[in-house]
Amino acid sequence: MVNVEVEVDAKGMYCPMPIVKLKKATKTMETGQVLRLVATDPGAKRDVPAWANKTGAEILESNEQEGEFTFLIKVS
Amino acid sequence: MAFVVHSGSLDKLYPVFMLASTGGAMDAEVHLFFTFWGLDAVKKGGLDKAKLPGIMSIGTGMMKGKIKSVGVPSLTELLAMCKDTENVKIYACSTTMEMMDVKKEELIPEVDEIVGAATFLDIAMDADVQMFI
Repeated sequence: MVNVEVEVDAKGMYCPMPIVKLKKATKTMETGQVLRLVATDPGAKRDVPAWANKTGAEILESNEQEGEFTFLIKVS
Repeated sequence: MAFVVHSGSLDKLYPVFMLASTGGAMDAEVHLFFTFWGLDAVKKGGLDKAKLPGIMSIGTGMMKGKIKSVGVPSLTELLAMCKDTENVKIYACSTTMEMMDVKKEELIPEVDEIVGAATFLDIAMDADVQMFI
């Protein structure tokens, strides 16, 4: 069971808001901590992995259910 | 990322700030060079005044209304998000300022520096993404 330190609710927001919110949330986090992001923007499906690729974060889990995309992200 | 922002219309400024805020959020170094009509965008009140181009300017109100109802941030809000990432630098073109009689005091505080083409190109030559908007 992973310990989720921070929750980011980006439901109803469109690009680039989920990514901007995600970045802002990671600013106060320490390396290795985990964040959960929930978004409804279909673009987020690809945007979040792209963001993780560039920032060195790791996507531990990603889920799609009824238009909601949930990501468990380990920050770098 | 290095963008020359030559346009001052709402439709062109949106991609500038959307891409810049996203790039900044992705830890990219983003440099925005506001020149010609783009300079109007970095004058005090400039972002709020940006209109759709030409004859479409009459539709600006409607477009801004739609943007707001969908939940997309205003240009001013996007600029704040850019600065919040601490990865976005804003430059005003020195020559355009001379040509259009714009003084430093008229610019928004978010402008980091007033520079010339060589300074910007030095940055752009090392960038991975270069655009003219």
